[in-house]
Amino acid sequence: MEIKTRSADETIELGKKIGAFLMPNEIIALSGHLGAGKTTLIQGIAVGVGVADYVTSPTFIIINEYNGRLPFFHVDLYRLNDATEVEDLGIEEYFERGGVCVIEWAEKLGDLAPKNFQLVKIEILGENERKICVSSELAARLK
Amino acid sequence: MKILAIETSCDEAAASVVANGEEILSNIVATQVEFHKKYGGIVPEIASRKHIEVINPIIAEALEKANIGFKDLDAVAVTYGPGLVGSLIVGLCAAKAIAYSLSIPLIGINHLEAHIYANFLNSKSQVPNFPFICLLVSGGHTMLILVKDHGEYEVIGRTRDDAAGEAFDKVARFLKLGYPGGPIIDKLAKEGNPDAIKFTRPMLARRSSKSGGGLEQGYDFSFSGIKTAVINYVTRDAGCTTKDIVASFQQAVVDVLVTKAIRAAKEYKCKTIALGGGVAANSRLREELKERGQKQGQEVVIPPHSLCTDNAAMVGCAAYYKLRNNQTSNFDLQAVASLKL
Repeated sequence: MEIKTRSADETIELGKKIGAFLMPNEIIALSGHLGAGKTTLIQGIAVGVGVADYVTSPTFIIINEYNGRLPFFHVDLYRLNDATEVEDLGIEEYFERGGVCVIEWAEKLGDLAPKNFQLVKIEILGENERKICVSSELAARLK
Repeated sequence: MKILAIETSCDEAAASVVANGEEILSNIVATQVEFHKKYGGIVPEIASRKHIEVINPIIAEALEKANIGFKDLDAVAVTYGPGLVGSLIVGLCAAKAIAYSLSIPLIGINHLEAHIYANFLNSKSQVPNFPFICLLVSGGHTMLILVKDHGEYEVIGRTRDDAAGEAFDKVARFLKLGYPGGPIIDKLAKEGNPDAIKFTRPMLARRSSKSGGGLEQGYDFSFSGIKTAVINYVTRDAGCTTKDIVASFQQAVVDVLVTKAIRAAKEYKCKTIALGGGVAANSRLREELKERGQKQGQEVVIPPHSLCTDNAAMVGCAAYYKLRNNQTSNFDLQAVASLKL
């Protein structure tokens, strides 16, 4: 399903709806160019999962951990070069810790990508407009 | 009082020996050129997975440079958060093993606190007087901290999205300028016009209230919007040269940081503003904070470059003041990824 948002605030609102339905051990994989709004959408998802803390970019530190109604793991693979670096970091350990795992630049997971993830793609349409494609499973829940 | 300090919170593995919280006897960082020459290998962009290979050599090097042995140590200090758990654990294990085998105190240090203490490693006359405002800017953090006394902090502002250093890296990479972006933009911006493009300066308005929590945003920062503004500008191909773009981008970031730091110092009645973190190496930030701060009667304290980026000497300095107050850690000290100040 494709959803168009016209501002960062609308992207956050969409994130909140996605987050509200998430269950333990669910993994959301996000792809989109720099500045597309991946972190913005995740800030909304975190609110939906009940995280009260500010959700900031984990680019430097790679993984940020929060607590909401479920543990919330925000992973950013931007700085990694390939799947061997992902393996060295042990990111797959976060997939089954009973929380929600949201991964930016998930395409870098390569063969390590979990089978059960929900893909969300963000495209830049204009300065503030974005096209957000969500997996059919997520789309069904949003209806 | 000699403290061996270990720092492995993210990309850097570092070890240092600090005497009496002020004298740096050695300060070794694994990605430093000299260390790499000795032990070989390239300098990786992400070094965290290499920590386990370099931790023992850097500790040995720190002791050798300080011209002391393990038996001369009085305590061992180590960063236990915030950071990447897998990285933090390497330093923690090493520190615990050394402290346990020598029967000397173990002191766990918060990485953010250590950045503040880099300012206490300056020459004595330059040490900031309490209370002071510390502007901590790095690749992973951007915050304004009111430092009331040793160990007494209040975070009065922090980034809502990207850290300042991260914005530099991402803009540099988007413009295909290379890595790390901070020093590259700093250099290139010197040849550009900082007023060529008026990029957005988010959150400069006092107490603006937008969505996203509805909290008062007086001292919070947002750099993701500046990054996106640069990307939008380049995508539109609006005509300016790369030099002008980076100079204008840098000016927008520096403007927000300096304005908020000075505003905080005034409101909290502090006479001193201290700087910490890797972005403190940015020449425009240093100049503008000094110039505008001094105009307002503020003393501006900036540690040398080698103490602004991640290092272990600042950890050893912070540990000295903890030890003076008998604040030592137990051997069950754990890595805390999202440790707060």
